[in-house]
Amino acid sequence: MRDNTGIRLLKDRVFKSIIIIFSFAVIIPLGLILFGIVKNGISAINWDLFTKLPTPPGEAGGGILNSIVGSLILILIAVLLSVPFGIMLGIFLSENKGRFADVLGILVNTLQGVPSIVIGIVAYLWVVKPLGGFSALSGGIALGIMMLPIVIKSTEETLKLIPFSLKEAALGLGASYVRTMFKVVLPAGFSGILSGILLGIARIAGETAPLLFTAFGNPYLNLNIFKPVDSLPLVIFNYSMSPYDDWHRIAWGASFVLVVMVLVLNIIARLRIWRNMS
Amino acid sequence: MKGDRLFRIVLWIVAGLFSAMMVFMLASLLKESLPSIKAFGMHFLYGKEWNPVVDKFGLLPFLVGTLITSVLALIISVPFAMSIALFLGMFSKGGFWPKILGYGTDLLAGIPSVIYGFWALFFLVPIVRNFEMKAGIVPYGVGIFTASVVLAIMIIPYISSISKEVIKLVPRDLIEAGLALGATDLEVAKDVVLPYCRSGIVAGILLGFGRALGETMAVTMVIGNSNSLPKSLFAPANTMASVIANEFTEATTTLHLSSLIQIGLWLFILNAIVNVIGMLIIKKMEVK
Repeated sequence: MRDNTGIRLLKDRVFKSIIIIFSFAVIIPLGLILFGIVKNGISAINWDLFTKLPTPPGEAGGGILNSIVGSLILILIAVLLSVPFGIMLGIFLSENKGRFADVLGILVNTLQGVPSIVIGIVAYLWVVKPLGGFSALSGGIALGIMMLPIVIKSTEETLKLIPFSLKEAALGLGASYVRTMFKVVLPAGFSGILSGILLGIARIAGETAPLLFTAFGNPYLNLNIFKPVDSLPLVIFNYSMSPYDDWHRIAWGASFVLVVMVLVLNIIARLRIWRNMS
Repeated sequence: MKGDRLFRIVLWIVAGLFSAMMVFMLASLLKESLPSIKAFGMHFLYGKEWNPVVDKFGLLPFLVGTLITSVLALIISVPFAMSIALFLGMFSKGGFWPKILGYGTDLLAGIPSVIYGFWALFFLVPIVRNFEMKAGIVPYGVGIFTASVVLAIMIIPYISSISKEVIKLVPRDLIEAGLALGATDLEVAKDVVLPYCRSGIVAGILLGFGRALGETMAVTMVIGNSNSLPKSLFAPANTMASVIANEFTEATTTLHLSSLIQIGLWLFILNAIVNVIGMLIIKKMEVK
């Protein structure tokens, strides 16, 4: 038999080099995106950006106070809707087995895969149409539906990791099932569930598509949940597609704020997970 | 105990409500699509013309736009995603660089889609336009190709993270046995790891494809929004998601709105199928 070890080793080398080159090539677009946002965003960050309302089209200056407040309102509605239901469904999935639980699991996965724009249509049909107009409420509901599967899955997965002996001990001491769940199992999984919620918020904070025909956007400051509101991703979309340079500048500033917000949420979520495991 | 019963009942009610919500979602989409289904029937699926002025609506240009951008995005992203998955799942033994790569892909997954679109509009579009001018094509800058590149960047982290998890499921003894027999890393990857987790990797790619199908904002911003059948890879087009984003609030006739909702219905069905198949394959692998 001919010895071809040399060729085999050479092939291995080439293969590994290609893998490493392709892997780290992905860092390039990431670097370009972050560089673009930081370079153009930092110069747009000033006090006005956070405290002023938008100016009329074409006029320089102005800020995005309305979008920041709007984003907070939308996220608050989404969290209030998705967290209680999400945690209960997560408990249900971690405690029950059988055909219904399987079907429910598949439905959760299906919902997670539904494109965000379709969720927007659904929120339009369910809320905007009956109420007769675009509103913060409809946008919050759309975002809440998007966040639901994330909360459900993180709750389910966290609770499944909690040792059964813990639950057995509580039940063995004579605690009722409800007491065991609320005083022992849920507190033990608290940080895992919380990090799931934070990741969910990070995910919906940047969602634009479901808001196009629900929250719609609003150049004025609005706190009424039955009226349209603006949001950070909406202002980035609208301003970036506009022909005005000053609006592009503000869109970069808003992008910078949004990316920092998403990053911070991700980092906090990961810190919690890490603490949970140690 | 009374409290226990009540708690269990509440859990079952919430679970029932959730299932009902999913059913209602499909039902409302179907109901609101009815005017367009009645008016066009099956012709909606292969109709080439989308013309709100004369109330004539056909899905084909957007179906073609969606499939081309998604498939092209997959072709671009799979080599990169597979490299990352193999590197992180098999070769790396921890350390600085793998960690950077892990954080980097996580970060890539976390950037909102509207920001990808915004960035692409100001960085990628001029580059593509330059290239088109040199190549002698009409220099739109925006179009199918640009959208596919952005989509590819966006779905790399999804495919790589699922594939990485699947590769990690390969029993360590199998890999060690291969290496002990004198196989090189390449041979182990090709003849041990990939055969073992082929179905899981296919599932990861399928889920990435599902994301690409439904991605809206980044695509809407750089695809050029043309409602006719795309003539080339560099031509402006529209996807199913982007046409909804563009026209939904401007639709004046019932038929227009209903046709847009029908597109949403098809997106829902397409994604549900792709996702459920992907998830079932992965679940099967985890059990094994």
